[in-house]
Amino acid sequence: MRHIISILLENESGALSRVAGLFSARGYNIETLTVAPTEDLSLSRLTIVTSGSDEVIEQITKQLNKLIDVIKVVDLSEAAHIERELMLIKVRASGKDREEMKRMADIYRGRIIDVTETTYVIELTGSGSKLDSFIQAIDADLILETVRTGVSGIGRGDRMLKA
Amino acid sequence: MMTGAEIVIRCLQEEKVEYVFGYPGGSVLHIYDELFKQDKVKHVLVRHEQAAVHAADGLARSTQKVGVALVTSGPGATNAVTGIATAYMDSIPLVVITGQVPTHYIGQDAFQECDTVGITRPCVKHNFLIKDVRDIATTMKKAFYIANSGRPGPVVVDIPKDITAAKCKFEYPKEIRMRSYNPVVKGHLGQIKKAVQLLLGAKRPMIYSGGGVILSNAAEQLTALTRRLGYPITNTLMGLGAYPATDPQFLGMPGMHGTLEANMAMQHCDVLLAVGARFDDRVIGNPENFASLPRKIIHVDIDPSSISKRVRVDVPIVGNVPDVLDEMIKLIEAETGKPDIAPWWEEIGGWRSKQCMKYAMKDIIMPQYVIEKLYEVTGGNAIVTSDVGQHQMWAAQYYKFDQPRRWLNSGGLGTMGVGLPYAMGAALANPDRQVACVTGEGSIQMCIQELSTAKQFRLPIKIINLNNRYLGMVRQWQEMFYGSRYSESYMDSLPDFVKLAEAYGHVGIRVERPEDVEDALKKAFIDHKNDLVFLDILTDREANVFPMVAAGKGLSDMILAEDL
Repeated sequence: MRHIISILLENESGALSRVAGLFSARGYNIETLTVAPTEDLSLSRLTIVTSGSDEVIEQITKQLNKLIDVIKVVDLSEAAHIERELMLIKVRASGKDREEMKRMADIYRGRIIDVTETTYVIELTGSGSKLDSFIQAIDADLILETVRTGVSGIGRGDRMLKA
Repeated sequence: MMTGAEIVIRCLQEEKVEYVFGYPGGSVLHIYDELFKQDKVKHVLVRHEQAAVHAADGLARSTQKVGVALVTSGPGATNAVTGIATAYMDSIPLVVITGQVPTHYIGQDAFQECDTVGITRPCVKHNFLIKDVRDIATTMKKAFYIANSGRPGPVVVDIPKDITAAKCKFEYPKEIRMRSYNPVVKGHLGQIKKAVQLLLGAKRPMIYSGGGVILSNAAEQLTALTRRLGYPITNTLMGLGAYPATDPQFLGMPGMHGTLEANMAMQHCDVLLAVGARFDDRVIGNPENFASLPRKIIHVDIDPSSISKRVRVDVPIVGNVPDVLDEMIKLIEAETGKPDIAPWWEEIGGWRSKQCMKYAMKDIIMPQYVIEKLYEVTGGNAIVTSDVGQHQMWAAQYYKFDQPRRWLNSGGLGTMGVGLPYAMGAALANPDRQVACVTGEGSIQMCIQELSTAKQFRLPIKIINLNNRYLGMVRQWQEMFYGSRYSESYMDSLPDFVKLAEAYGHVGIRVERPEDVEDALKKAFIDHKNDLVFLDILTDREANVFPMVAAGKGLSDMILAEDL
């Protein structure tokens, strides 16, 4: 099962490597990892997408909580939440592909943010699976480069992750 | 205004640190200079940094204090890593101060530079790199607090040389609060009530306790609870001494080399109370086999991640062990009468009657016999340290520990070489107690250089070297599982340990016949009370540790000595 785990941690040097190191040391997988300071600069908010059985996820959250720099951990996927990921994708856009690529970007509510005679850079935001689906939908030969931020997530309504 | 180095020493004084084990070097010279100028904190100069950490660890295990080690940057720090990892696996509170190259050299591959914080990260409870002299006092306070609260563990404080030379005002914080670290103390009362009901309703109850009971000083509560209930109990390798081994309710140690009665009771009980234990693979064997038997499990531990890690439990209780046990005792005392479990004791009696610890005497010295005699000569009151291997198991099996903090060994990491430095730490912290280091000719050579430290500090340790000229545990596995192909497990070109001990200025005695064992021990513990005595005891070369559960097997699948 895929889980989105949100972590609030001290914004200190080395804190990120404690989290990343924990995952590799204990053999947990990381699909994506994003991290940045919050409105309070002493705190970082980190989102990890991982997968595993219920037992593994339980251990992951317990082990994360044990790290001294970690303030709070929540498994966002346990309840209503929103996930978003940003992708920048550079595609070949010449000849007949040029119009088609524009149309696909529109369908997926993407924005073309860089244009040359032969290429576009498309900016696309959505859930991880929406971005996957865009990649599936276009001709693989036309993809020149992709860069994805990894998933960020937040609980809906009153669910909050605060220090 | 004080220098960073002076602040470091003042912090140690504030923490009432009596002994620091260490080894000087370039990056810690300022700190060593400040050590020189005072006399409150005593420094023990080891002969290898690994031993500094082990000795601090031995001090911590034998007391309830935080052990402190001080080493230089680079190789000083990397040599300390084995000691740190050993302490981490057994949750021992340590503060290890490592020197670091000056801040502006960090990352430049400077002389004796290494990324100490990076290297130690996976084997510490927490670590710090101090980048400002003004942070030293708070960081040291945090280090001691983190090391010795919650589930204890080692904390590394890495201090660059220029920070120890910089100056600021010194003020040691009285207390420390960390928003990200608040260990739980009280257990959930509802869960405790549920546990007590389960326990009182059990027909075949069993209590299984581990190192957590020793670390949290809960032996008294555990003993009171067990006696009140009249239930059988087993202590793991790390938990020996939490319940008196001489008491009839004690079934011996569980696990790979546990007793038949302890293991069978673990398997066939209907309610298992696990306290400060973590269902380690050496204790429960194959977790699938363990889980396949129907029983209710109550698990008390301060670390939530220990609960339901290897085995699903029915009643988890997160909390400080003595606090939880106090609550349990209160609830149980409100009940009248003791639960009647006579048929269960009868069943246990059946397993006991097999006398799984029996061994045959020969005309050569049996290692088990040495431990039994050691127990007699020391009146069961010594602090016993061990290294890792067969001798460790025999010491655990045959020395009946009635008190906590008397048995020091590396259970989790299984580090050969800890025995002598553990004994050093224990001897310094417990000057009135006999200290024996049970070891083998393989293990002792891994930190043999510490014979020199022991001489310098006049530590009257008694080394019981069970010398079988084999790496015994390796040889045993090779005999049992590798068709007796003894690949590299034979110890050739051994030193003459008697002469070696004498060369270091100690007393060496060789023992070759069973009838001489007792006399030699008496000579060591009585005649040479104040000397370090190295007893080189030539034992049966091919004695094996039994009973045994092979790796990956269930606990019921035991090999007894008589089966062979």
